[in-house]
Amino acid sequence: MADTPKVPTPPPFKAFPGKASVAPPPMQAKTAPTPDLNVDMPVIALTAKDFASDQDVRWCPGCGDYSILAQVQRTLPELGVLPHQMVFVAGIGCSSRFPYYMNTYGFHTIHGRGAAIASGVKAANPDLSVWLATGDGDGLSIGGNHTLHILRRNFDVNIMLFNNRIYGLTKGQYSPTSEVGKKTKSTPYGSIDYPINPSLFALGSEASFVARTIDRDPKHLQEVIKRAAHHKGTAFMEIYQNCNIFNDGAFLNLTEKDVKDDNIVFLKQGEPLIFGKDKNKAIMLDGFTPKVVNVADVSADKLLIHNEQDPILANILGRMSEMEGFPCPLGVIYAHERPTYEEQMTEQITTAKSKGLGDLKKLLNSGNTWSIN
Amino acid sequence: MANEAEVTQSGSNGHTAPESIGQRPKVPITLLEDVTIRFAGDSGDGMQLTGTQFTNTTALHGNDLSTLPDYPAEIRAPIGTLYGVSGFQIHFSSKEIHTPGDHPDVLVAMNPAALKTNLGDLKKGGVVILNEDAFDEKNLKLAKYEVNPLTDNTLDGYTVYRFPLTKITLDALRDLKMGTKEGARSKNMVALGLVYWLYNRPMDQTLEWLKSKFGKNAQVLEANTRALKAGYYLGETAELFNARYEVKPANFKPGRYRNIMGNEATALGMVAASVKSGLDLFLGSYPITPASDILHELSKYKNFGVKTFQAEDEIAGICAAIGASYAGDLALTTTSGPGLALKGEAIGLAVMTELPLVIIDVQRGGPSTGLPTKTEQADLLQALYGRNGECPVAVIAAKSPVDCFDSAIEASRIALKYMVPVILLTDGYIANGSEPWLVPDVDLIPELTTKRRTVKSDATFLPYDRDENNARPWAIPGVEGLEHRIGGLEKQHLTGNVNYEPANHEFMVRLRQQKVDGIVQDIPQTEVLGPKSGKVLLLGWGGTYGAITTAAERLHSKGVSSAHLRWMNPLPADLGEILKNFEKVIIPELNLGQLRKVIRDKYLVDAIGINKIQGLPFTPQEIITAVEQYL
Ligand SMILES: Cc1ncc(C[n+]2csc(CCOP(=O)(O)OP(=O)(O)O)c2C)c(N)n1
Ligand code: SF4
Ligand SMILES: [Mg+2]
Repeated sequence: MADTPKVPTPPPFKAFPGKASVAPPPMQAKTAPTPDLNVDMPVIALTAKDFASDQDVRWCPGCGDYSILAQVQRTLPELGVLPHQMVFVAGIGCSSRFPYYMNTYGFHTIHGRGAAIASGVKAANPDLSVWLATGDGDGLSIGGNHTLHILRRNFDVNIMLFNNRIYGLTKGQYSPTSEVGKKTKSTPYGSIDYPINPSLFALGSEASFVARTIDRDPKHLQEVIKRAAHHKGTAFMEIYQNCNIFNDGAFLNLTEKDVKDDNIVFLKQGEPLIFGKDKNKAIMLDGFTPKVVNVADVSADKLLIHNEQDPILANILGRMSEMEGFPCPLGVIYAHERPTYEEQMTEQITTAKSKGLGDLKKLLNSGNTWSIN
Repeated sequence: MANEAEVTQSGSNGHTAPESIGQRPKVPITLLEDVTIRFAGDSGDGMQLTGTQFTNTTALHGNDLSTLPDYPAEIRAPIGTLYGVSGFQIHFSSKEIHTPGDHPDVLVAMNPAALKTNLGDLKKGGVVILNEDAFDEKNLKLAKYEVNPLTDNTLDGYTVYRFPLTKITLDALRDLKMGTKEGARSKNMVALGLVYWLYNRPMDQTLEWLKSKFGKNAQVLEANTRALKAGYYLGETAELFNARYEVKPANFKPGRYRNIMGNEATALGMVAASVKSGLDLFLGSYPITPASDILHELSKYKNFGVKTFQAEDEIAGICAAIGASYAGDLALTTTSGPGLALKGEAIGLAVMTELPLVIIDVQRGGPSTGLPTKTEQADLLQALYGRNGECPVAVIAAKSPVDCFDSAIEASRIALKYMVPVILLTDGYIANGSEPWLVPDVDLIPELTTKRRTVKSDATFLPYDRDENNARPWAIPGVEGLEHRIGGLEKQHLTGNVNYEPANHEFMVRLRQQKVDGIVQDIPQTEVLGPKSGKVLLLGWGGTYGAITTAAERLHSKGVSSAHLRWMNPLPADLGEILKNFEKVIIPELNLGQLRKVIRDKYLVDAIGINKIQGLPFTPQEIITAVEQYL
């Protein structure tokens, strides 16, 4: 037998060659939990800091990812789940660096496959709180297939899809959510790819929870994160995120003070879809076709009322973001719980076990056996 | 047929043979040492089932046996065509055997296409039993026979028994009011009954099986039962046969036996590994021939806590398994060559994150979709090298259907001990082939230890710290104080943090390599069968074990020895020395010389290849003929 190889003396290590840490863009002060969300919030003496790892955050200064990270870290202490009970999984992309910054269990995997890995984690241990960070490229291009399948299977995993409509990490090629005509490094003549709408994709994939939010509205982001966390089943969050280096201003119409109120309608369960700077506009349905109306012109009972449980309405709202003249719906578009994959898997196993625990000796000796003496 | 021994013995041997009809004196029984039978027919003729039934009965009779199913890739290939022929060969013996036999002694041909594609393999003077009803103009044309082989000299030199099997079947079922097409389906049972009679085998096992299979469908049960018996009576009354044959039970070690196919053994081995490690088994898999049966088999064992996940593709299959491994399960993914190609990147992730994982590749003919239902050994280099970067993976290969059980446990043991992915190579031949298995004593299967870390220690947790085997700890999510992040980016030694430093990268690359190389300490010495030094060493790996060993046994007296590798990476420590003891090293492989390349590279030995790439296993004679050139 050969000598057991020995580990060479490790080469000298310098400290992690991180740049001086870049300050995240200014955030709003800590927001109070929104009362209308109807979720329990156990009091736990954890703070955002308890969820931050010791690694320097290395996104470009000004990147929308900072806000998303900060809102997640701020929200988690309110969920009553401890850091060691959480696993953050991600694929590859700027957004997918997310797990390194969380002081939880984390798995930065390979491009596009985070959803499959998260499924395995959840199947192996349904008690864990599993989160997936992915991008528009990671989750809808290379990993589109896995996104589809985790959604229809309904593993209880919270998916944050950072939609910046660009490939950030590979330095600015168009993505599956980039608009037609977009000029990028790989489309100098303009993109001819027709884009996919992530929320509609999720609805079409039988998601049991679909919500849309944006990096620049921390309060709303936190609300949505909380709702997703409390949803039993796959919770799909499409988060509009500004890549200030390769696709700056992609969501200006939703973030600029003077226009955003006219371009966003916040969805609230059981309430009419009212928007506009002066809260004077609303949506009405004419058959299945939505119309923008003046609140003053229409009686209140004619206005479209949001119902998260209505899958048809969900499709209308999912589509509305790209309809000319309509506001972009932000909030929970659809939420309708159904049994999760891991629940059903566990149940089949429990039932099988209750009929008789597996006995290896019996199993090996099953089938047509014969003895030789 | 080998070793004809004393004749005359009564036809009834205590089993339920049907009451003999007619006054015909009993046909004498000739003792043989071993027999090879091939059942061949259209894929719709039920030949796999017929062969399996004969196999199960033969196993219960106590013979050593080895089987070779050979079927087309199409589920329902056009009827009567040459490429629609499905065959099942069984070799059974009163002595120990290793292969499904070189050349069949008996060919059962259910149609002209089956005769045409199989006659060439039959032994000179062998027996052909055929269904003459199928030799009509249409079938002859489909089989590309210009002249009916029953009327020209095609069958000269063989002992031919022609029966109107379709008509006999329909006659037996006349009053059952079944359609002609439906009734004729049972003709394989007539053939089986006939062969049972010819080899003095009881019908009990098959009768029982028919009951359990068709119990709910009285008519089909009755039809098949009648057909089986009709075949048996046919033998007894046809007055065509002047001899019956008997192959006595083999001299097996005492114990409890069952007949087992390779894929089944693999699945059981993984269940055993789960029980012995105390971990739940998680399988992430995407269906692919010839590996799907492992998924099917494991899906049954929910009472063992086995979780099977039929993923959306092979990538998701392995990725889910990696996720499950990260979360603390014994993780498995199963596939065949094309699927292994898809898993390459994820295997790299398992190497980088140093997670235990068993990857099973049931090899089939390649490249691309290749020959889905045929065997080959052409994934060795893919398993050893088919990934980006310096990405060493432990690779083990099973040598026989039964050995799949031990190999699955061994793969799991190493994966858990060293925190590494392990690829287990089997192939279509051993996966679908079967042989008697001395059921192991469960208490003698050693427990598998793991690197699971479930409590926090006082020191800072270092996810990439190592033990004496270079294995890192397996900290399972859910444990307080062991929160850590892993991923595919290069890791800093000890801390596991992302690190791009040049020196660290080289260090980690070497460390991962050394870890896998270090598995050599777990590999037993190589067994050389035959003289320990001499003219020729036949070196083999995987499913060619039976053929190579049989060939070597016949050539020991001429200075030919054999050795068979189970571990392909790392190779056993003593192999280099062993190779030096022989003038020539000859490597038979079902590929263009992949192990030969590795041996030449590692030991600078000018190994010679015997290579066959026909989707079929070696016969011992092919190897003997090839080796004899060098003697
Ligand atoms: C198999 C593979 N292909 C390609 C890449 C290169 N790659 C890394 S990230 C990425 C796109 C990421 O885009 P997105 O998911 O939108 O993430 P973002 O960086 O925009 O957050 C690509 C193409 C890779 N790492 N692996
Ligand atoms: S490239 Fe864009 S998405 Fe990536 S970190 Fe920089 S700003 Fe953010
Ligand atoms: Mg992106």
